[in-house]
Amino acid sequence: MAATTIEKKQLRIATRNCGFIDPESIDDYIALRGYEGLAKVLTMTPAEVVDLVKRSGLRGRGGGGFPTGVKWGIALSNQADQKYMVCNADEGDPGAFMDRAVLEGDPHSVVEAMAIGGYAIGATLGAVYIRAEYPLAIKRLKKAIADARAYGLLGKNIFGSGFDFDIEIKYGAGAFVCGEETALIRSMEGQRGEPVSKPPFPAQSGYWKKPTIVNNVETFANVPAIILKGADWFSSIGTATSKGTKVFALAGKIQNVGLIEVPMGITLREVIFDIGGGCPDGKEFKAVQTGGPSGGALAHKDLDVAIDYESLIARKSMMGSGGMVVMDEDDCMVSVAKFFLDFTMDETCGKCTPCRIGSKRLYEILDKITKGRGARDDLKRLTSLCNNIKDTALCGLGQTMPNPILSTMDTFGHEYDAHVDHKKCPAHVCTAMLTYTIDPAKCTGCTLCTKVCPVECISGTKKLPHVIDATKCIKCGACYDKCKFDSIIKQ
Amino acid sequence: MSMLTITIDGKTTSVPAGSTILDAAKKLDIDIPTLCYLNLEELKVNNNVASCRICVVEVEGRRNLAPACATPVSDNMVIKSNTLRVLNARKTVLELLLSDHPKDCLVCAKSGECELQDLAEKFGIRESPYDGGEMSHYRKDISASIIRDMDKCIMCRRCETMCNEVQTCGVLSGVNRGFTAVVAPAFEMNLADTVCTNCGQCVAVCPTGALVEHDHSWAVVDALADPDKVVIVQTAPAVRAALGEDLGIAPGTSVTGKMAAALRRLGFAHVFDTDFAADLTIMEEGSEFLDRLTRHLNGDQTAKLPILTSCCPGWVKFFEHQFPDMLDVPSTAKSPQQMFGAIAKTYYADLLGIPRDKLVVVSVMPCLAKKYECARPEFAVDGNPDVDIVISTRELARLIKRMNIDFKSLPDEAFDAPLGESTGAAPIFGVTGGVIEAALRTAYELATGETLNKVEFEDVRGMEGVKRAVVKVGPHELVIGVAHGLGNARKLLNRVRAGETFHAIEVMACPGGCIGGGGQPYHHGDVELLKLRTQVLYDEDAGKPLRKSHQNPYIIELYEKFLGKPLSEKSHHLLHTHYFKRQRL
Repeated sequence: MAATTIEKKQLRIATRNCGFIDPESIDDYIALRGYEGLAKVLTMTPAEVVDLVKRSGLRGRGGGGFPTGVKWGIALSNQADQKYMVCNADEGDPGAFMDRAVLEGDPHSVVEAMAIGGYAIGATLGAVYIRAEYPLAIKRLKKAIADARAYGLLGKNIFGSGFDFDIEIKYGAGAFVCGEETALIRSMEGQRGEPVSKPPFPAQSGYWKKPTIVNNVETFANVPAIILKGADWFSSIGTATSKGTKVFALAGKIQNVGLIEVPMGITLREVIFDIGGGCPDGKEFKAVQTGGPSGGALAHKDLDVAIDYESLIARKSMMGSGGMVVMDEDDCMVSVAKFFLDFTMDETCGKCTPCRIGSKRLYEILDKITKGRGARDDLKRLTSLCNNIKDTALCGLGQTMPNPILSTMDTFGHEYDAHVDHKKCPAHVCTAMLTYTIDPAKCTGCTLCTKVCPVECISGTKKLPHVIDATKCIKCGACYDKCKFDSIIKQ
Repeated sequence: MSMLTITIDGKTTSVPAGSTILDAAKKLDIDIPTLCYLNLEELKVNNNVASCRICVVEVEGRRNLAPACATPVSDNMVIKSNTLRVLNARKTVLELLLSDHPKDCLVCAKSGECELQDLAEKFGIRESPYDGGEMSHYRKDISASIIRDMDKCIMCRRCETMCNEVQTCGVLSGVNRGFTAVVAPAFEMNLADTVCTNCGQCVAVCPTGALVEHDHSWAVVDALADPDKVVIVQTAPAVRAALGEDLGIAPGTSVTGKMAAALRRLGFAHVFDTDFAADLTIMEEGSEFLDRLTRHLNGDQTAKLPILTSCCPGWVKFFEHQFPDMLDVPSTAKSPQQMFGAIAKTYYADLLGIPRDKLVVVSVMPCLAKKYECARPEFAVDGNPDVDIVISTRELARLIKRMNIDFKSLPDEAFDAPLGESTGAAPIFGVTGGVIEAALRTAYELATGETLNKVEFEDVRGMEGVKRAVVKVGPHELVIGVAHGLGNARKLLNRVRAGETFHAIEVMACPGGCIGGGGQPYHHGDVELLKLRTQVLYDEDAGKPLRKSHQNPYIIELYEKFLGKPLSEKSHHLLHTHYFKRQRL
């Protein structure tokens, strides 16, 4: 069967085994060269392993994009009686599920990678911090760990090398902020999930104050492939600064919803149109939010940008963990920003002032604007508050929280202006500013609209044009949806 | 230790590795404003959670601003603390804090002492651009000692550090998320239903009006104004060492005489001294100790050692919750406050020829737990408490100001007889190690029949969290333990549990002892104040003609005329108590 465009543009490294093997069979994994990477590193020195990962150019897939090899190198150089290798499986971006897919589809790739990392930094203990809402991933991970132990691939004296490594599972209660590594560590220690000031970084002082590496699931899933195929192979894929592939979760107004894995450097146009199939119902593409609630909205002008860590940051967004929410012409960008602020406002831990109170105030200003009560001054306050929160918040969650606002103000400033100056929502989403009227030229007087109107504000004689009483209309849109003659005008 | 070079605002210095930017700024005399930060070095209290973000500074090469209180210095760091970017960030942080803070400074207990108010003033915040939005709302929680008004909480977490790390009580911690995040007991229970010891250290460090004492100063005014009542007052030793601080007198000045004068002008019928009851406590507790020691050494298994002091109500509630299996170890002697109350409402009421319910006993205490203690049901007779009202040092200072008493120009006056006289052993009750030192002075002479010439026991003095001293009393070598701060008390008790030998142990709940009590004038992070207060009490001891409790002529008279002898039946009835097992939740 010939590969479709959807398949051709993709390159699967992190998800290489997903869907091809029985995730509950360690033999399946081994048959596809599983645990060979671990066997190989045990013949190398830890410094050589770190160097290999450094040369591969692998960067953290959880959001920040910190070079994985460099991180490992810091932990390796820090002497301690105990070090820890932690897998961050606290995936929480709205609409993103790449880590769940890897853990459900290929748990051994993470188990093997953690052991490789453990050997590289000198850790004998690993932990997976996974949200309890992922029961299937947990079940398969548990089985993978148990099977690996039974095969002697975890535990004491792995492959007779003298290297000991084992993994335990720690459950998260679903707090978004626990994806931040210092908050994750505190949560693992049984404390309230709150970030702490960095430095010191976890690689210096982390879990139980010991050098700790926290890597994301997808980052780990790349590691065995890199060990087997080499640094040069991996670094040949991607852009100058961002190597390898990235898994994205396509969601929102897009034909082909779901997970994709593409090489770094692919353009947004290829992702959204060639793979994603564009927006459904012939609607026009408007924007795509990358980086989840911490990222920003990219527009038409950005479609031909080669996706990598730097190019996204240059456009006030970020890679994030790989969420891609597509918006079409019917989406109001002020409302989109408000949606993401609503999320972060709920998820901020409340520790630092800018994030705890600032998120609420940002949301309130956006709410005011979408309700048609915004003023010029509000836009000024919004920008000023956004910039100050970025500058003063304690952790990544707070520092990136203003991104959806700043990026939409940047690219879709005219929508903010229309809301504030003309009290109009160009996408006709903000109901407070909508008016529904009936075009007498089109109305046939079929009376369907009068039957669906919940407040009975439409009147008229049968077979003659009807009228909406704007003072009673609650702007529910029922008439608009029902009219067969496009005679209802939404403005 | 390696030294690191740092430049702040163009000034360069070197600091030891591990120092923060704030430490370096202090060395350079550069004032960086702080709010959540609190560091009482000698007491090993350090709250640098970096949550408020007031102390942010620019670090060359760093993308965003860094909190000076929690960012370690790295070599050749270049800092700017006085740029417009920094100023603007601090202003925004303050505006955000104020946007979620009730602006009821006119009626707030903390007004004038509030660190948030000070910052708002310093930064000239005149309007609050983020107002108009919602405020977070919490139910007020009023215990016998403490009022929690979490609408005013700024999440600095100082109280949490005190309650969890210093006192190891674990009552207060962060709950909820985001805008509704707040510091509260588990399940947002009321303080009164928790293991809270009422020590008030949370109140002592709260920068705003979120945690304040349960103020009873107007109840005192009401009692004084009641023509049917005879209102008398007792003042604890540590009060005189700190009261002046709130009344314009230099810290480290003893105001015993002026305080007695002020209390008389406030209208108290008789001005007495808890120091008298401290001497009485030594008679009872010292005798109990000697009795237990003698029986213990003679092989009596029921005579448990070490004996633990029981003067401190925070400590008493702490062991009732935390060490319920060891309730037979503490001395059964009541605290000086309660001994005073018991004697006042029996012996002294009889002297006056009035019934006990006509007499109102007011205590002035450095302590908030005393408010809880006086309300314990076992300290009342037919519902009439031995001590009616407890006010803190702070509340007394407010009363004095309120009554337009020019405290500074008052003459020094003496306490009234007979419950106002004390020896030098009494004032040192207010500092860590003082009670055990006072007890040793008396126990030594009672046990050996010899005169103790050097009355100072230096080994039990000082700010070390847990002290151990070996004291020779006649033929015996007694091992003495002293702890201040409940976390240190826990450490010491765990050593006892593990089998380490101690004969007597003194515990004070508050760091430094009562001079650092939860009801004292706010120290605002200045540990030097605690040292000055300590010196006041040691000086007061040294200046007294009599320095051993059993030499107090009024105590001798009390035993002759009323109690008989220490540990007599009457003493047991009036001056001793018992303890209760309490839940650990």
